Amino acid sequence: MKEKMMKITPNVSWKDITPGGVITKSGNAEEFKTGDWRSMKPVWHEDKCKHCMLCWVVCPDNSIIPEDGKIKGFDFDHCKGCGVCTKQCKFGALDFVVEE
Amino acid sequence: MAKRVSLSGNEAVAYAMRQINPDVVAAFPITPSTEVPQYFSQFVANGQVTSEFVAVESEHSAMSACIGASAAGGRVMTATSSCGLALMWEMLYIAASSRLPVVLAVVNRALSGPINIHNDHSDSMGARDSGWIQIYGENAQEAYDNFIQAIRIGEHPDVQLPVMVCYDGFITSHAVENLEMCEDAEVKAFVGERVAPYSLLGENPVAMGPLDLPPHYFEHKRQQAEAMRNAKKVILEVAAEFEKLTGRKYGLFEEYKMEDAEAAMVIINSTAGTAKKVVDKMRAEGKKVGLIKIRSFRPFPAEELVAALKNVKAVAVMDKVDGFTGVAAPLHNEVRSALYGAAEGKIVPGYIYGLGGRDVTVNDIESVYNDLFKAIETGKYEVYNYLGVRE
Repeated sequence: MKEKMMKITPNVSWKDITPGGVITKSGNAEEFKTGDWRSMKPVWHEDKCKHCMLCWVVCPDNSIIPEDGKIKGFDFDHCKGCGVCTKQCKFGALDFVVEE
Repeated sequence: MAKRVSLSGNEAVAYAMRQINPDVVAAFPITPSTEVPQYFSQFVANGQVTSEFVAVESEHSAMSACIGASAAGGRVMTATSSCGLALMWEMLYIAASSRLPVVLAVVNRALSGPINIHNDHSDSMGARDSGWIQIYGENAQEAYDNFIQAIRIGEHPDVQLPVMVCYDGFITSHAVENLEMCEDAEVKAFVGERVAPYSLLGENPVAMGPLDLPPHYFEHKRQQAEAMRNAKKVILEVAAEFEKLTGRKYGLFEEYKMEDAEAAMVIINSTAGTAKKVVDKMRAEGKKVGLIKIRSFRPFPAEELVAALKNVKAVAVMDKVDGFTGVAAPLHNEVRSALYGAAEGKIVPGYIYGLGGRDVTVNDIESVYNDLFKAIETGKYEVYNYLGVRE
């Protein structure tokens, strides 16, 4: 069996894909952009945010990016739009809107 | 140097396993395959092999353990029959799609119900589309030889698929026959060491069996199908090498007195022995009869079979299983499908015989050849037939 492609793309042919879906390297979940599953998305109002970080705590997809103890922004490549962060926010700093 | 021994089919296969000395054997007992892991566990207890023997709690677990060990890069084998194979069903597909060359001795037995411990082919024929290579053998010698070759076939880089080595329960598994065994060193050299292209262990560990959604599942199935197609060539290559070692010749199927045959039979496993006796008798009477015994059912040698049947006028396809399709049984389906467009007016009836261990006599087989000659003469015949059932 020839060396199969290490990087599985959406266009990989049956001749190049790894047998049985073998994954040859670790830590590649990041390459899977689950953000395109989203139908709703959080909108962050920085002016109302107290940087309590509870949204960062509850996010199941590590999609809220912190920096120096403060919220920096969102990773929309991986945010699936579950809305948990917006539901728990007590300061009106997170809205939940339809993804355009 | 080869040595002559008298062994039952199960003993012969267990001896082959001892000579191969696999990394892992995980098995659960079921008649008539029980003796295979039983004898093998004695070899383990005696220190004659270095294998890890896993006495599991079911056949589902047996195949699961085999899959895990094979995924870890080991050479792995097991044995089962009938409902044991049925209980492995889910895991058979996992082994095949994960491309793990597990070798499984299927000692053919009828499937329940009603419960029956005797031989027919309903177990392995039920698993014919599970993605496993299926090699069938007529007697203890072929079971032994096929088992050794199965290692090389399944582990070939172009194949990487699991292999069922099928032989008839009791008739082959328990009858003691004379056969030639290779020396341990010869088998060791023939099978070599397994080189797994991917492994859960080692310097480059991988993840196996991930969720595979619409973007990629189809490509994996297409690749798996190609591996099965590749197996045909590999089966022949391995057979050629085995012939050099032992002098015993194997192919995708065996042709017996097929030159100039007008009426032929396509058959699987031990009943081929009975049918060969009938062929000899009828040949002595000047009747042009022949026989083809399928060795490789998966992959199915369609083109090769069409070529071998090119000159026959009528061919009876013998199934020791009823496929319950409402029409034909598995081998009959395959042969008729292979001949479609190439049949040139051939007469291709099917016969379901021997279910649940019903005895099949030389008279039964002779009646089938006589049916074929009558069909050639009159052009009239039944396509779907039962042989030996009480009407």
